[in-house]
Amino acid sequence: MAETFSSRNYMRDLRLPFCPGCGLYALSDTFLRAVYELGYKDLSNFIFTSGIGCTSWIPSPYFKADSVHTLHGRSIPPATSIKLLKPNFHVVVFGGDGDIVGIGLSHFIHAARRNTDILVIMGNNMVYGMTGGQVAPTTPYKAPTTTTPYGSFEHPLDAAKLAVAAGAAYVARWTTVHINELKESIKKAIQLQGFRFIEVVTQCPTAFGRRVGFKDVGEMLKWFKENSITVKQAEGMREEDSEGKIVVGEFIEMRRPTLVENVYALLKEVQKSG
Amino acid sequence: MAKKIEIIIGGSGGQGVVLAGQILGRALAYEGKNVLQTQSYGAEARGSLARSEVIISDDKIGFPAVRKCDILVAMNHEALNAYLNQLKDDGILIIDETNVRETPKTKVKVYKIPITETCRKMFGEATYANMMMLGALTKITKLVSSKTMEKAIREVVPTKTLNANLKAFEKGQELI
Amino acid sequence: MPIRNEKRCHKVSSKTFFWQGNEACVEAAIVAGCRFFAGYPISPANEISEYMAVRLPKVGGIFMQMEDEIASIGAVMGASWCGVKAMTATSGPGFSLMQETIGWGFMTETPCVVVDVQRVGPGTGQATKAAQGDVMQARWGTHGDYSAIVLSPNSVQEMFELTIRAFNLAEKYRTPVMVLTDEIIAHLREQVAIPPLEKIEIINRRKPNAEDKIFFGLENVAPMPSVGEGFNVAVTASTHDEYGVRFTADPKVHRRMLEAINNKIKKNVNEIAEVETHNVDNCKVGIVSFGCTSRAVYEAVEAAEAKRIKTGHVRLKTIWPFPEKQIRLLAESAERIIVPEMNLGQLYYEVKRVACSSEVVPLNRIGGGEMITPEEILAEILKGE
Repeated sequence: MAETFSSRNYMRDLRLPFCPGCGLYALSDTFLRAVYELGYKDLSNFIFTSGIGCTSWIPSPYFKADSVHTLHGRSIPPATSIKLLKPNFHVVVFGGDGDIVGIGLSHFIHAARRNTDILVIMGNNMVYGMTGGQVAPTTPYKAPTTTTPYGSFEHPLDAAKLAVAAGAAYVARWTTVHINELKESIKKAIQLQGFRFIEVVTQCPTAFGRRVGFKDVGEMLKWFKENSITVKQAEGMREEDSEGKIVVGEFIEMRRPTLVENVYALLKEVQKSG
Repeated sequence: MAKKIEIIIGGSGGQGVVLAGQILGRALAYEGKNVLQTQSYGAEARGSLARSEVIISDDKIGFPAVRKCDILVAMNHEALNAYLNQLKDDGILIIDETNVRETPKTKVKVYKIPITETCRKMFGEATYANMMMLGALTKITKLVSSKTMEKAIREVVPTKTLNANLKAFEKGQELI
Repeated sequence: MPIRNEKRCHKVSSKTFFWQGNEACVEAAIVAGCRFFAGYPISPANEISEYMAVRLPKVGGIFMQMEDEIASIGAVMGASWCGVKAMTATSGPGFSLMQETIGWGFMTETPCVVVDVQRVGPGTGQATKAAQGDVMQARWGTHGDYSAIVLSPNSVQEMFELTIRAFNLAEKYRTPVMVLTDEIIAHLREQVAIPPLEKIEIINRRKPNAEDKIFFGLENVAPMPSVGEGFNVAVTASTHDEYGVRFTADPKVHRRMLEAINNKIKKNVNEIAEVETHNVDNCKVGIVSFGCTSRAVYEAVEAAEAKRIKTGHVRLKTIWPFPEKQIRLLAESAERIIVPEMNLGQLYYEVKRVACSSEVVPLNRIGGGEMITPEEILAEILKGE
């Protein structure tokens, strides 16, 4: 790797469409940097699927790669069949919090349960950003959004904990101020088998930050930094003390038979028995 | 009109009337007949009425359900009561005598065969009554050769019980 | 793991089988080259999943039972983009759940086959009883403007033939194709004659050459790359240009694309729309039918002709695109056209639209899976006398 990293080497000749200050620039760049550091000169070993939402736009059509841009919440089922039929490729799903754990939650749980060999990267901006800032399953308690003008009266979902409970092989959460940790986590996850999930808490200055009272992106990133605690720290804390904190780090790394391994073992067995 | 023979096999769920219909249909198909088989169950799978229909025709079969049958096989009293009015006046009625309290007064040709009783004596259980009935039906109607029937039985029933099923089928033919 | 149910597996060869409709559908799919199936349990389509689960691994294919119908059709679309022929099967409620993704398939020009074993609806209805109420759902079930191909078998033999045809049309025109059957045809058993396999026409999608860049939106059907072949294909159901790149700002791009995906069907109606006809150009009374109901029509027509009433019959093997030409022909000679169907009148309106010179009469039956009988159809024929 003599030449230096440039995300443009992995992208079509198009500009990412995100708002100024959006955390998804960093997520896209960090993913490609991880790919670069693993030694991939292009994305020909990868197949991407995504749903509908800002995060889903990262691969489609911006990555110079095969990308299947599916419907809202439906990126995981096609990723499942693609991985089964193209087992030698890294199948990576990009989606937002609404896409992955809102409308598409059932697919997420079942993919973790099956230990489907895909990497799901979820940009969690705690809101439905593309549609203008409606309350999401990840919106913090009491936070105002366009559909909870008096503050959200619902409790947010902890997607990382859910993935662990459902049987994921690898789960991590970082924020856009933990770029280096995120990059290392992506590198590790790409190389692991089974269902891998990385949640990236990311700022949406347009549809969330502004509305909940952050003056600018810097203030929001500062909040991410000061409000984050590690998985270890959270373990030692009482629940009420860790409420509202962003727990970052690796939640689990576990090896058990994966969907691809199980399906191909069955195929072999059935064909042997004639 | 082309020649068409319509059969209803009725009994209780669990008596194997659906499987019997499938085997009969399969054998007829192997002998090159146009054949159609359907089935229906009552509300519950076990114990309530079950019915299997087989239609045989020289021509392409149109309407895929039996309204008037040429042959009625009643494996129990309830089936006999329920379906007798669908039997044509010149039809054939085959009754499992063991499970029918009284034979109705009718103009049709009636065969009363103690199928379940014979089956219990031979095997200690009534499980193979459907195959024994098929044996009797094959002998009475000559719609299909017993050899083709045996082939169909071999293909459909589980390997474990194949011998018993074939024996029951043979015994059914002897009862006539 | 020991494999049970081996009795259910028989290699397809060129001979006669005694199959259930759902079983014939599975064997046909395998002959057509289907190697991926994803489904979710629903009556009366379950046998298709069950047979597939046994059969597919034997031919090196993959069967998945997914978490719901939405996931099932999604997995089918993903498989198709891997270059693998794929199918799902369901019934009314599941078909409704799949509609958004079927629309995705139209927009991304993804070949696949969806079998809908119709049951009584709407809602849960009568889960195990036959109906023909999905005629319009199959045509207009998803939002937007598209042209659907919908085939309708009326025997187990045709379940075999039309399932293969569904795959062929899907591959040729790069589009989802629906097999609209019903509980009656799906569950009855009939003999099926299989021709020598080498005589069965199998169509495979056109693949791109290495230098090709245009994969979408061509009226003469663009070549279809698979993922993982180095084409860097961008697949999206957002409005996109010929290269697959999302392009939602320009109405012209959208119009151009929709024209292409509609015209590829519309301009080939004569090839796609198959009908079986009887006496269309020389009849007093006409009948237009499809699916299980057409079986009663055969007997009614025979009975009417025995009474010297000239009766014509157009039986739709393809419901959509609607075979207007043959209906017009029927309307030229028939004074009255009867449309029997197990719903409250769906195909009826389409026939009425096309056969405007004739009196078009609906003959409907809903509930309990009860079929319209030959006698009822005959009575309707005789009403004109």
